[in-house]
Amino acid sequence: MSRRWQAVAVNAALIAGALLTLMPLAWMTAASFMQPGEANTLPPPLLPAEPTLGNYVTLFTRLDMLRNFLNSAVVSVLATVLSVVVVSLAGYAFAKLPFPGHERLFRALASALVVPAQVGMLPLFLLLRELGLVNTYGGVLVPYLASIFGIFLVRQYALSVPDELLDAARVDGASELQVFRLVAVPIIKPILVTLAAFTFLSAWNDFMWPLIVLADSSLYTLPVALAGLAGEHVQDTELMMAGSLLTILPALAVFLVFQRSYVQGITAGGVKG
Amino acid sequence: MSSRYEQAKTRAAWLFLTPALVLLGVFFLLPVVGGILLSLTDFDLYAVADFDAARFVGLANYAQLLQDGSFWRALTNTLQFVVIGGPLSVLVSLGAAMLLDHKAARLRGVLRTVYFAPVVTTLVSVAIVWRYLYHPKYGLLNHLLGLVGIGPIDWLGDARFAMPAIILLAVWKNFGYNMLIFLAGLQTIPAERYEAAAIDGAGAWQRFRHVTVPGLAPTALFVGVTTMIGFFQLFAEPYVMTQGGPLGATRSLVLLMYEEGFRWWRMGVSSAVAVLLLVITLVFTLLQLRLRRSET
Repeated sequence: MSRRWQAVAVNAALIAGALLTLMPLAWMTAASFMQPGEANTLPPPLLPAEPTLGNYVTLFTRLDMLRNFLNSAVVSVLATVLSVVVVSLAGYAFAKLPFPGHERLFRALASALVVPAQVGMLPLFLLLRELGLVNTYGGVLVPYLASIFGIFLVRQYALSVPDELLDAARVDGASELQVFRLVAVPIIKPILVTLAAFTFLSAWNDFMWPLIVLADSSLYTLPVALAGLAGEHVQDTELMMAGSLLTILPALAVFLVFQRSYVQGITAGGVKG
Repeated sequence: MSSRYEQAKTRAAWLFLTPALVLLGVFFLLPVVGGILLSLTDFDLYAVADFDAARFVGLANYAQLLQDGSFWRALTNTLQFVVIGGPLSVLVSLGAAMLLDHKAARLRGVLRTVYFAPVVTTLVSVAIVWRYLYHPKYGLLNHLLGLVGIGPIDWLGDARFAMPAIILLAVWKNFGYNMLIFLAGLQTIPAERYEAAAIDGAGAWQRFRHVTVPGLAPTALFVGVTTMIGFFQLFAEPYVMTQGGPLGATRSLVLLMYEEGFRWWRMGVSSAVAVLLLVITLVFTLLQLRLRRSET
């Protein structure tokens, strides 16, 4: 095969793949602007004949999804802020404050990555019930606060912080907390951004845990509310597509803004693995 | 540094680790151990109200599960999803990565973002979207298949097609993640190795077989293990798209665990399902590690 034909074939395959990948999202977007019932006609329309915002109006008025949107936002932002603090302290300690047994402890944590989170969900539910945290924001937050993967990520990155800088600050009389805040954090900031993007997206998109721990629909996060509506409104294709888009859009936006850091986090875990 | 600093460092280390360790201990480790203990009891709706109503029943929950057709069905469904869906998604990831890594590829940055987009979408949302795409009459997929003469398929309503339909969605949703890892892996293979192989007269397939595959081996091990662990946790897709049907054809282990625990409040049985999931995941992980180690 000549070089030119090879180039054509590669690029044609890449574009075909991109169209296939985008097709479900493009159809979702188009259908969300269709008139009620329009998506269920033949042949299936690809674009709305008379675009309408009516489905979005219904979402925010009759279905009160703004409330679910805010629930998701509160939970995801709180999870992100708290977990960045908890996880960065731990990751830094593993990298830069060696103590007897720290390697063994780290290996034990790393091996726990194999344990599926679902194994503990039922007892966690019972525990939170005893603590009065079932059906609260706090209850939803709990599993996102300390991620082993996050600790691993921060530790890898913090290993590259020069010890001389930390020691210099110590000689100047800085406490260990000051050394961390004033010397280490500015250097490891890129990985903290990565960690924040990861945590936000996993909290925003999560389904099973909020489904279990939340009972009142007024506290539901978007995915839980949406899954509930999907059962009641099976026929309302256009409305459900508007709800799906509303749920996906913030996640996509956060990803696009933080793309570089996010991608760095994925490959940092994978290649060294 | 003097020992005064060393002592301060050790103290600080424990101080810095305490929040994370306490959270992981109380909200992760304790529940996992609790789940194992719970699986040895008959904890149910009455015990939820009064913990003393639960009794130790040994391995009775496990015995019951192993005699229960719906458990075996959930296990084989999950294995089908893991054994077919996992490798399929890894292969698509590898294909996409190699195309993007090709010298002639244009618009790399944009295409990479496009391929990755499904990964960051909300699973519940895209499961709902795909449920409509799979609609036997109005769905886009059957419409497209109809254009090439393939009759309408009841994707989610036919027990033969429901799991393949969920696998297809999962491959679409996940391939971008491993694609990024493969791309990074491909870039660590020195160009000289390809050049040397070409000089030795190796064709495209031979270069792939003898340069790319060994170069990607460590990456592939990581990708294989993490993908498999993730695929064992199948839940939201069947929950949203099929509720485990038709006729239990898409009920996964995690869905079974959820239904036993939170619909029927049979928490002992539900915990036993969870523990078996853990054991199966561990066995498969060790198998994969052992297999790769003996290869190299």
